[in-house]
Amino acid sequence: MSTPLTAQQTPATRRRERWPLLVHTAALLPLLVAIADLLLGRLTVNPIQDLTHRSGYTALVLLVASLACTPISMVFGFKRVLTLRRPLGLYGFGYALVHMLIFVVVDFGLDITLIWQEVAEKRYILAGMAALLLLIPLAITSTSGWQRRLGRRWRLVHRLVYLAVPLAVIHYIWLVKADIREPLLYAALVILLLLLRLGPLRRAITTWRRRLSS
Amino acid sequence: MVRDNTTSESDDDMIKIPSSEIPPELVYHDRRRFLRSFGVLTAGALALGACGSLPGAAAPPPTVLPGATDGATDELGDPLNSFEQITNYNNFYEFTTEKQGVAALAQGLRTAPWNLEVGGLVRNPRTFAIEDLLTQYDQEERIYRLRCVEAWSMVIPWQGFPLHKLLAVVEPTAEARYLRFETLYDPEQMPGQRSSWFSWPYVEGLRLDEAMHDLTLLSTGLYGRTLLPQNGAPIRLVVPWKYGFKSIKSIVKIDLVAEMPTSLWMAAAPNEYGFYANVNPDVAHPRWTQATERRIGEYSRRPTLPFNGYAEQVAELYADLDLRVNY
Repeated sequence: MSTPLTAQQTPATRRRERWPLLVHTAALLPLLVAIADLLLGRLTVNPIQDLTHRSGYTALVLLVASLACTPISMVFGFKRVLTLRRPLGLYGFGYALVHMLIFVVVDFGLDITLIWQEVAEKRYILAGMAALLLLIPLAITSTSGWQRRLGRRWRLVHRLVYLAVPLAVIHYIWLVKADIREPLLYAALVILLLLLRLGPLRRAITTWRRRLSS
Repeated sequence: MVRDNTTSESDDDMIKIPSSEIPPELVYHDRRRFLRSFGVLTAGALALGACGSLPGAAAPPPTVLPGATDGATDELGDPLNSFEQITNYNNFYEFTTEKQGVAALAQGLRTAPWNLEVGGLVRNPRTFAIEDLLTQYDQEERIYRLRCVEAWSMVIPWQGFPLHKLLAVVEPTAEARYLRFETLYDPEQMPGQRSSWFSWPYVEGLRLDEAMHDLTLLSTGLYGRTLLPQNGAPIRLVVPWKYGFKSIKSIVKIDLVAEMPTSLWMAAAPNEYGFYANVNPDVAHPRWTQATERRIGEYSRRPTLPFNGYAEQVAELYADLDLRVNY
């Protein structure tokens, strides 16, 4: 995780700052585009459904991107990318939260009976809800303060993401009507990103990279 | 089978004005209504300019302005959806699975010449040219609700003629129990058909008594205009008490058969789509609630009605069926 910035900034640390800036811009772009499309009436004639799809898709992309940071740093020895895990994960959670709120508040108008019926009836909603619930403790403990307080246990807690993202992908696979090529692509990507974290593979990659650089 | 005398009836109707003098877009059954629409035409145009309708919606310049039937409602008092809504939000997987992308991709569909072949277990198998269907059969306006299985719905002013009129001409034999409909198969024109996820062409089916029901329409137009490709030009089925996917588009073939046909959706996901697909709020679909729906243009959901509100007319067709099993 990124260390809090101190008063004495070197040119190198200032360069480091640009990275999160890029992430902030990229992550906020879908929101800005959605607002623009809302104002211009470009959200199809079924705007609620369109917003639901957009927010869910963006959440998934950001969460997978967050999951990709560690393997990228491993394979390419690109340490700075690790600082992006937190903002990417938090933005992903933010979009997932908006996604759920659109469903609960806008689409179903807080009608608890109807919502309960939906959640109980549809396995894809259960998967999505589970993914979001798992992300909540991660978002809360994402601050440096919580990281310090939890110490070793922090990493353990944050491994929940290895469960949450696959659940989000399952949510996506189950909701698509027929052509599940794209959801399966995400599934393959997530499986790869998780496999790369496994001990033996991880060590093999690190040794291989050391040999390359020496 | 009763001989078809409706054809001659409609001929009588048309005799006064040679059909060549009426632009096909303007063939309204009810002339008074047609004249009335002209009255609101100017008002409609002004309103359209004021609200700007849907920016980015790629509707071609309309012959009859959308809104010509403004103020009209279905029999339950619900207003029509706009021409823009109906022509820019379409499920037509032959082009793309993106509902808002169909209109643009479908523009090039060649709808003339177009033949509709009707055969199988009939006494008079026939191939109809689309222009013959348009002139031989009186084109009525029918305002129907369309309920998509994805839990959205619209109210649409269709033109067309009841399928039973066509069946009366071809005369199904005693063995005929079902109808099997087929959409055009032409991957050159319909890029979605290159996807191997479905067993193209699109196939749908009806029981003979469902097909004979007066509500079952072969539609050739909507809002007083010829059908646009995205809505299933030049001829499509409309079965208002069933989920939208039953209302097969751009039909080239109708076969009368003895066995229940397997539709494209039944083949793709048998656990999700049955043959009947009657709108039923009590039978859930794994992905979409069927208890409620969003009427396009409305903010909150509304309850879905059994048989999409046509229970009074059609429920008796299914008196002997357990609709939970035969979904």
